[in-house]
Amino acid sequence: MSTFLLSVLQAVLLVLFAPIAAGFVATCKARLQNRRGAGVLQPWRNLRKLFAKEVVLAEHASWIFRSAPYIVFTATVMAASCVPAVLVDTPLSLTADVIALVALLALGRFFLALAGMDIGTAFGGMGASREMTFSALAEPAMLMSVFVLSLGAQSTNLTTMIHYTLATSFALQPSLAFALAAMLMIAIAENGRIPIDNPTTHLELTMIHEAMILEYSGRHLALMEWAAMVKLTLFATLIVDLFMPWGMATEISAGAIALGLSLWIGKLILLLLALALVETGLAKMRLFQVPEYLSGAFVLAFLGLLAHYMLEIGA
Amino acid sequence: MSYPTNTWFAERLGDAGIRCDYLKGHRPAHMPCLEIMRLEWAHAAAEARRLDMRLVALWAAEAGPNDPGNAPLYAYMAFAHPEHRHVLLRTPVQTELPSICAHYIAACRMERHMQDMFGIRITDLPDDRPWIRHEHWPRDAYPLRSAFDAQRPLPHEDHGDYAFVRADSPGVYEIPVGPVHAGIIEPGHFRFLAVGEQILNMEARLGYVHKGIERAMQGRSAEDGLRLAARVSGDSTVAHAWAFAQAAEYAAGIEVPRRASFIRALLCERERIANHIGDIGAICNDAAFTFMLQQMHRLREQMARLNRRIFGHRLLMDSIRLGGVAQDIDTAAAAELAEQTERIAREVEDLRAIYADHPSIQERVVGSGTVSAADALDLGLLGYVGRASGHYPDERIEEAYPPYDEFKVAIPKGKLGDVATRVWVRFEEIAESSRLILAMLRALPEGAIHTDWQAPPAGISGFAAIEGWRGEVAAWIRLGEEGRVDRYFVRDPSVINWLGLELAVRTVPVPDFPLNNKSFNCSYSGNDL
Repeated sequence: MSTFLLSVLQAVLLVLFAPIAAGFVATCKARLQNRRGAGVLQPWRNLRKLFAKEVVLAEHASWIFRSAPYIVFTATVMAASCVPAVLVDTPLSLTADVIALVALLALGRFFLALAGMDIGTAFGGMGASREMTFSALAEPAMLMSVFVLSLGAQSTNLTTMIHYTLATSFALQPSLAFALAAMLMIAIAENGRIPIDNPTTHLELTMIHEAMILEYSGRHLALMEWAAMVKLTLFATLIVDLFMPWGMATEISAGAIALGLSLWIGKLILLLLALALVETGLAKMRLFQVPEYLSGAFVLAFLGLLAHYMLEIGA
Repeated sequence: MSYPTNTWFAERLGDAGIRCDYLKGHRPAHMPCLEIMRLEWAHAAAEARRLDMRLVALWAAEAGPNDPGNAPLYAYMAFAHPEHRHVLLRTPVQTELPSICAHYIAACRMERHMQDMFGIRITDLPDDRPWIRHEHWPRDAYPLRSAFDAQRPLPHEDHGDYAFVRADSPGVYEIPVGPVHAGIIEPGHFRFLAVGEQILNMEARLGYVHKGIERAMQGRSAEDGLRLAARVSGDSTVAHAWAFAQAAEYAAGIEVPRRASFIRALLCERERIANHIGDIGAICNDAAFTFMLQQMHRLREQMARLNRRIFGHRLLMDSIRLGGVAQDIDTAAAAELAEQTERIAREVEDLRAIYADHPSIQERVVGSGTVSAADALDLGLLGYVGRASGHYPDERIEEAYPPYDEFKVAIPKGKLGDVATRVWVRFEEIAESSRLILAMLRALPEGAIHTDWQAPPAGISGFAAIEGWRGEVAAWIRLGEEGRVDRYFVRDPSVINWLGLELAVRTVPVPDFPLNNKSFNCSYSGNDL
């Protein structure tokens, strides 16, 4: 029972922590540009403001447009709840594996794209078309990257995979390096960050994710934005789980959980700092180069797979 | 600074068998106004084109106090030649005027503007859709006719939709953008025809910031008019104010003290630097390279603050007055200006190295949105847009109005015509303007900063062309009774450069449009008047 409670607590923590993580990236970027920035709590303030505002709906909005924010948010939170952040053994993560995780994210994306097209504006349709084009390339690459690790652990279950990684002694494995590189590239694309998409842009014609939620307001917009922030933290946590799970709590004790929590936050800070550095140093790439970027990620993941067979199975 | 009468174009017209008379009440003599017959209007334009002259502007005016004929209206056009300066042509108009679009593409929108504002019917106009007149204007309202009552609000009428260029193919989709945008920019509508992400055609629909400046100018005193002219386009207030003031001073035969003209040029060059700095940052930001935007913001803000301290306004509004300038600079201010100019030029060079060293931003700007040299010449593209595409008109060199008669201006000569070249031109211009400012501060003459404004007799007109930061600002003014403005026409460089943007984005994908748009950065307000 207490594991179940801890598991719920862990998911709640991740969801509540997500806006702060987004604020942390924004603050780091501001500092890197010699600005002061609005502080790490700014996304929370924005959400609070949006929840207090009334919802303005387009005349032609159908139930899809109205329900999409709830579906997207729920799907993302469910996906977040099956990613272990502090505690390895959680009831939910034992039932849901990585394929289910990708499917939950795909469900959210499906409704996001539908909602973008629902009200019939040119931008919504354009954003939906771009999002779908890119996700068709990103999803296989992401699965491929995870499969590199699954080969060793012989499971697609996150908990099993983490246990396997924790049990094996640390060694530099080329297959993991390839998989990590692919995963980092996909995480940037899936979260709509520079150089793929610019979350802070006001230019409708260049948008991908923002174009789909352009017509949302009030609590609907708040849920959509919150879901995007949760997704960012989710991906960061997933990368931690897959590639650097050391120190995660395998038993339920105050000491282990405290260590797991502080290490999780520490690793997250490192990853988000790296993201801020990438976003400061790069401009957005041309739209037609995004498929090349994503196929590059796929090829890297595939090389990881090959490297695993060639170098690690026989050894 | 009295120049001999410019007879070059009159002689060429004579060679072509076109009779012309010098208009007596027009000044200055080196930019004369020639009156020709209406029948020879298009022929004269063809002749100008043959002589490689550039179309500066096309406009109309009601007959002035010194126009005794029975024509109610006059049409004007201005041409410029790199070596033989500006010349104006005018012809009386009853109701019709032949189009000169066949010789100058850029004339089309100006002719549509004449049609909308005066009800002059332009014959053989290839595109006779209304331009500035939006669909809700009453059909018989001609705001620049004296019979029009500008005090009463117009009734709202509905005349359908604007006939945008359409495509029949089901594979082509339309993207309407604006006039209300997600960002804080001026309102304008862009209609894209796209296949997938590739733009087939982009059509701009402007006029959403039409403020009736031409009409509002009529009846104002020249001092009041100058205040309004300074607000035609807020980001180039110095250039517009200077063009108005110089046209009025030419008309009145007033000579500006040398110190005043130096300070005017100083203001104009500072405006150029500040806007280029701001634009380079904004262009990089459109490719999500925010670092550059923030750094350029910082530099621009420093300039604005010093402007406010020394000249009293962050954007330098109302720093020019008739007959001179409003604010003198003392030794301390001159030292401060020199120090800031040097420092900012140095910092911009540092940032330029960062910009040039980042492949990810270079990859976006190089080769995007090219305008060929032939197209630039056909359209007569101005300022940095022209300079990036092999067309180099610069009034500081061609017209060499004071104080540029004492300074040699070097202009960057780009050829490739893509976003990267337009950015390069701006970097080069920042360096050149900094050099000019320092040279002017060193050579700043002593003396008065203004002379008294003395209005000329009614009916005298003046014309001036000033190289603003966007390019040549051309202003024509005719003064009436008691020195009041009888008619004022101004052509912001954007009127012509907007056409270049439509051409440039035909080869780029949809998400590259904002980047290109920013690299042109045409004024909406200056176009819509």
